[in-house]
Amino acid sequence: MNAATPTKAYFYGTCLVDLFFPDAGMAGIQLLQRAGVEVVFPEGQTCCGQPAYNCGFFEEARAVARTQVALFPQDLPVILPSGSCAGMMKHHYPDLFRGQPEEAAVRAFSARVYELTQFLVDVLDVKLEDLGQPVKVTWHSSCHALRDLGLKGQPQALIGQLAHVELAPLARERECCGFGGTFSVRHPEISGAMACDKAEDALATGASVVLSTDGGCLLNVKGVLEAQAAPLRVQHIAEFLWERTHAR
Amino acid sequence: MHGETDMNEGGPSGRFAPSASPLVHPHGVTERSPATPSDPSFRASATRALGDAQLRANFRRAMDGLMAKRAAQFPDPGDLQALRDLGTAVRARSLLRLPELLEQLEASCARNGIRVHWAETCDQANAIVLGLLKAKGATRVVKGKSMVSEEMHLNAFLEAHGIESLESDLGEYIIQLDHETPSHIIMPAIHKNKGQIARQFSQKIKDATYTEDVDELTALARKVLRQKFLEADAGLSGVNFAVAETGTLCLVENEGNGRMSTHVPPLHIAVMGLEKVVARLEDVAPLYALLTRSATGQPATTYLNLISGPRAKDEMDGPREVHLVILDNGRSRIYGDPQLQATLRCIRCGACMNHCPVYTRVGGHAYEAVYPGPIGTILTPQMEGVGRRHDLIHGSSLCGACSEVCPVEIPIPDILVRLRREATHADAGSKVAGKGTGQTMTEDLAWRAWAAVLKRPRLYRLSAWFATRFRGLIPGGMPLLKAWTMSRTTPLPAPRSLQERIRKGGLPHV
Amino acid sequence: MSDARAAILARLRSSGSGGPLPDLDTAVLERRHWSAAERVQRLRQGMASVHTEFLEARPEDWPAVLRAFCEREGLRTLLFGPATEAGHRLVEAMAGSPTALRPYDAPVETFKTELFQSVDAGFTTTVGGVAETGGLLLEPGPREPRLLSLVPPLHLALLPTSTLHDTLWSAIRALGWGQAPPPNALMISGPSKTADIEQTLAYGVHGPKRLVVILVHDLPGTPA
Ligand code: SF4
Repeated sequence: MNAATPTKAYFYGTCLVDLFFPDAGMAGIQLLQRAGVEVVFPEGQTCCGQPAYNCGFFEEARAVARTQVALFPQDLPVILPSGSCAGMMKHHYPDLFRGQPEEAAVRAFSARVYELTQFLVDVLDVKLEDLGQPVKVTWHSSCHALRDLGLKGQPQALIGQLAHVELAPLARERECCGFGGTFSVRHPEISGAMACDKAEDALATGASVVLSTDGGCLLNVKGVLEAQAAPLRVQHIAEFLWERTHAR
Repeated sequence: MHGETDMNEGGPSGRFAPSASPLVHPHGVTERSPATPSDPSFRASATRALGDAQLRANFRRAMDGLMAKRAAQFPDPGDLQALRDLGTAVRARSLLRLPELLEQLEASCARNGIRVHWAETCDQANAIVLGLLKAKGATRVVKGKSMVSEEMHLNAFLEAHGIESLESDLGEYIIQLDHETPSHIIMPAIHKNKGQIARQFSQKIKDATYTEDVDELTALARKVLRQKFLEADAGLSGVNFAVAETGTLCLVENEGNGRMSTHVPPLHIAVMGLEKVVARLEDVAPLYALLTRSATGQPATTYLNLISGPRAKDEMDGPREVHLVILDNGRSRIYGDPQLQATLRCIRCGACMNHCPVYTRVGGHAYEAVYPGPIGTILTPQMEGVGRRHDLIHGSSLCGACSEVCPVEIPIPDILVRLRREATHADAGSKVAGKGTGQTMTEDLAWRAWAAVLKRPRLYRLSAWFATRFRGLIPGGMPLLKAWTMSRTTPLPAPRSLQERIRKGGLPHV
Repeated sequence: MSDARAAILARLRSSGSGGPLPDLDTAVLERRHWSAAERVQRLRQGMASVHTEFLEARPEDWPAVLRAFCEREGLRTLLFGPATEAGHRLVEAMAGSPTALRPYDAPVETFKTELFQSVDAGFTTTVGGVAETGGLLLEPGPREPRLLSLVPPLHLALLPTSTLHDTLWSAIRALGWGQAPPPNALMISGPSKTADIEQTLAYGVHGPKRLVVILVHDLPGTPA
């Protein structure tokens, strides 16, 4: 770790991790701590506001976003275990607050936002030692992580560090799983078809775990796999990395 | 040309078949349902399309092939980005100077002997075309491919006036035989396989014998259509780019039917949307390079046809008259909004649909619109009204695959979000067609309640507490959940939320 | 309809759209600088990949090469523009050939049916070629009418290797099409084709079924 490496950072849990994948949140915090980062977890976290934003309810999204930005006053990195929420805070907050009094403050906040694997690789350059049993996994890149946030293989790089993990890529790795927030309930038939194809793709890899950075995708694919009683589980990348690399 | 074998052609009979149409009434589960019976419904048609295994297989195979071919044309990401930036700048510059360039185009065309006509609406454009045909006593028209003429429903209009209007692009010809509309803006008959086309040809073309051989089917169409070119009184075409400085109409094609339609008959009428103009002829070079590569993965098409005038005095052939009809049909309104103006940069390459996971699964007809796919989801609502086409605006997971490949970098997901806003809010100063007409009390209240909870951490904490404690009791009858569980199990919150764990036990320590 | 014109322009103008025009960075178009030999090779590669055929010739013998081809293929009629210099040489070279030369020297209306039904091939010159993607540049006009390269099922085109440009962009600039465009100008990369049936390529859909380029090696030092 060089001198410029931050030693302190905020962690933003996101609503989906908070409610559905708390272990992933814990794991994310521990991964950071182990890399020498003091983690600050402010109280009062709710949601980044993306659902309302994506539906065009900007005032509502802003009202929520405002309360969230206020939780991170210090000039520290803000780490999220979600490519989608990180994309929202990093790239859409500046749009959402354009022309608002707090625009400058929000821009400064957005500039500090990172997705977890991005931070682990690009900023901390972590080295992982695999302590787990051999396993074959597959990777689903969430669209927002890929295209809003611009993740460039950081999660795969981390998985690649694990000596006993074989990464079997999906045939259509860059294709959406069909979650899309409210899309999944406004157009459940199309969304369902997409999710089913994703699950089928994952199953065809022969992997036993589907990994992703995003709670929405994970819930979506998990729901389909469970409905079909498929022999495949989903796991958040943070939880997977932590599980395999810490001594019990 | 056939795509690689595809493991994912699951269709409804596959292991992961979504529970499709019969289970749920199309309108039964949304939290809002403002559509009147006459309104188009993307959801209902998409649901039907999803149930058609053949259709899904046809699209999947075709889109896989097109994506691979495009990717092969852009081996260097840096070059691709530089070319896209240039294409975007060319189109953006053209739009910034649009009124001036249109006037210049008109003057240059006039100098070249091309007559320019203006139409605010499709009705006006149709009337202009009809008037030009009638003036020449034309009754047989051959058409090159033109999406604007689809917008005008020109074929039906002309036929109602006793004029035969025959599509000559092979794909357009195929669907016209079946009285269908294009399911793709570049490959209109892509929803059909050769077996379907073989049956159709053998039934509808005189003296045709059944064959599934693509060369023979093509030869059959060639025979029929060459006779039609020979006899036609007039040719109609679209325009890919119109050059203001030189008064040049640029047509991009592979088949030669465009050249036939524009050079053989004595009268040529071109129709174009008013956004198609560019300043200089050399501007066409980067746009052409982007268009052919993005659309079909070709470095160049067979023909780039630059028309700058009718038959000159000493020429032996070419049309004696060339007319250009410039159509507005809502474009000038779209133009008036700085963000939405980007919609008009589109060069109609179709790459956004080729890469769209929704389009790939439901095909073009499900959109019930002239322009399907991602570009259709932003263009159609702006033309027809955002409330009326609320279903289309939401017919996207906002995955961004479209804008990632769009050669002129149209931010389709951002525009969709903006249109979602326009549909549900009647903002003062907005010029969007049908603004606010998709607003419902239910949705307004839902988002207000959402914000009320999430901007108050204590309320959120309380809800999280309830959600985790009573996680087994989530009412299955809730409309949103019912939609979700059509293909999935009910999502179950964890026994304790992350925040509760940290509050109770503190942060972990490594 | 001038009402429509005024209304449309007024609406566009009232939008208040304007502001600085974005710069055009054409560097990506300007990087190609191939040698003469590379241009030929690229053009050939690009056009051959879409089924264009090539005949090799020298400036002095291309008419003979063409004649030999016509006779080998058993062409009965070859349509051509008699007023060009190439046309003159063709007339000389084809004297006595079983392939009949048919001059395109009257308005198409006088022989349209014949043109569509009984002409085997059309011969045209070109004004250049595009190396990058592989294409011929044509300026149809009074001496070589537009349909000459379109209606006959076989198109024979004469292309001196000295006239190749790197890219379409450089060709448009060099030929001055942006200043004084001919009534019709074309870039042609191969015989007409379609993929409208199941994405399967089929050649010869409406226009020529074959495109044969007579490549005239007229640059010093290029082997024929
Ligand atoms: S929106 Fe972009 S990708 Fe889609 S058709 Fe238009 S130019 Fe092509």
